[in-house]
Amino acid sequence: MIEADGVGRTFTVRRRVVHAVRDLSFRVAAGEFVACLGPNGAGKSTTIKMLTGILTPTSGRIRVAGLDPSRRRTALARRIGVVFGQRTTLWWDLPLRDSLELVRLLYKVDRKVFRERLDEMCDLLDLGGFLATPVRQLSLGQRMRGDITAALLHDPAVLVLDEPTIGLDVVSKAEVRDFLRRLNAERGTTVLLTTHDLGDVERLCRRVLLIDHGRLALDGTLDDLRATAPGVTSIEEVVAGLYLRSRTTPRTPPPAPRPAPDGPSGRA
Amino acid sequence: MIRTYALLAWTWTRAAAQYPLSFALMTAGGLVVGGLDIAVIWVIFANTDALAGFGLTEVMFLYGASQLAFALADMLFGNVDRISQHIGAGTLDVMLIRPVSPFVQVAADRFTPHRIGRSIQAGAVLAVGLTRLDVPLGRVWMVPVMVVSGIVIFTALFTLGGALQFLLTAAPEVANAFTYGGATLTQYPLSVYDTRVVRGLTFVLPLAFVNWQPGLYVLGRPDPLGLPSWTGLLSPAAALTLAAVAALAWRAGIRRYRSTGS
Repeated sequence: MIEADGVGRTFTVRRRVVHAVRDLSFRVAAGEFVACLGPNGAGKSTTIKMLTGILTPTSGRIRVAGLDPSRRRTALARRIGVVFGQRTTLWWDLPLRDSLELVRLLYKVDRKVFRERLDEMCDLLDLGGFLATPVRQLSLGQRMRGDITAALLHDPAVLVLDEPTIGLDVVSKAEVRDFLRRLNAERGTTVLLTTHDLGDVERLCRRVLLIDHGRLALDGTLDDLRATAPGVTSIEEVVAGLYLRSRTTPRTPPPAPRPAPDGPSGRA
Repeated sequence: MIRTYALLAWTWTRAAAQYPLSFALMTAGGLVVGGLDIAVIWVIFANTDALAGFGLTEVMFLYGASQLAFALADMLFGNVDRISQHIGAGTLDVMLIRPVSPFVQVAADRFTPHRIGRSIQAGAVLAVGLTRLDVPLGRVWMVPVMVVSGIVIFTALFTLGGALQFLLTAAPEVANAFTYGGATLTQYPLSVYDTRVVRGLTFVLPLAFVNWQPGLYVLGRPDPLGLPSWTGLLSPAAALTLAAVAALAWRAGIRRYRSTGS
């Protein structure tokens, strides 16, 4: 469902080339639930933005739901849902219901399908009480539930969430997690999320991608993550250990030449 | 595209209606500014009979045509040259994840119908000028053609200004110099300016095709620089060429987009 082969992205900052992501390769199969971890500035958001077509990679090859995100961005938008924890995709001054109706029209979702879907989401995410409230007056927890609803109205095959539980209280967090778990289990939606909350990972994800200095540092299960620090029981401490180690070790040297990925080679 | 634009524009109008006082003040402000522009022309003609050989009604016609084109382009697409705000605030990210062109989304962003005030006023000036001019029927068809070409030219300039901001995020003023500056330049017969300026506006930045060249054709006037009278008929071609350049620049800009930190 998601394929990344040797993906890199550089930024030129005051005439210096900075590698935000380099040589990133991984695959996510349909129906998987994957967490993307990494310290601040590791390249998680850059990766998410390349997968969703917001940023064009400087090298490598990406396929999401069979499409090249940077070339087929609008076609891809109909097949994936995207949620940003730190900013809303809803219209600030409109009631939530109107925002969702507008999303329905932009995604050309059939009115009948929309109504069924909205009823279902109202049930699962308990939206009923604030559908008529302007988005600017919603609490963060309510807004996040509204954003998740907006991202799922067109029933995407893949849901990508960038820090969906950031700033949420314990109850809202639990609701969002429970909803995502059921979405993945019952509808088979592929879910990829970035987070700093290891509770998200422990409760939801069978698989973890650890990104560090723009590279894939670990691709495995939670147990694989634990195995990096034998004897440490708390997952928080395991990850803190990994992040600290990455801070003290110097930046890794440039990668050795890699065999070219199959398919069209990356643009320079 | 048009359906999406209308949908978004209607949405933003409803959102703006949530702040009625601001809505009323903006409308009033727009009318005052436009009124001052016309007052300036009246003041000039209170002191002189002709401007570079053009009488008041002819100047009204040229003014009305360019300002109507600019006001409509500004109302519909003027937001495109404010894209640096969306880049800075990260809202462009949100537009890019929707299955709709970001150009349409940026253009329709915060659309408010109060901006129609300027178009109505410019349209009135154009209509008054035309009725007093007695343009022969064989040439009057050029008037709507020149207004539409003007809209396309100004829209292309807004788009080029927007595309430039993917490179220079902090320089929306550079773009304004060309768009708003262009609107001001074309208020008067171009023959009031130095011939080098007029050549530049004909062959480099085709602002002369907004109202000057087609206007000369409609008025049946020879070009002071000696270009043949059919030059005015090239307005649609000039507009489409500039639009093509602007569309390429915009696409290149989107591909170079760098997003923000989070």
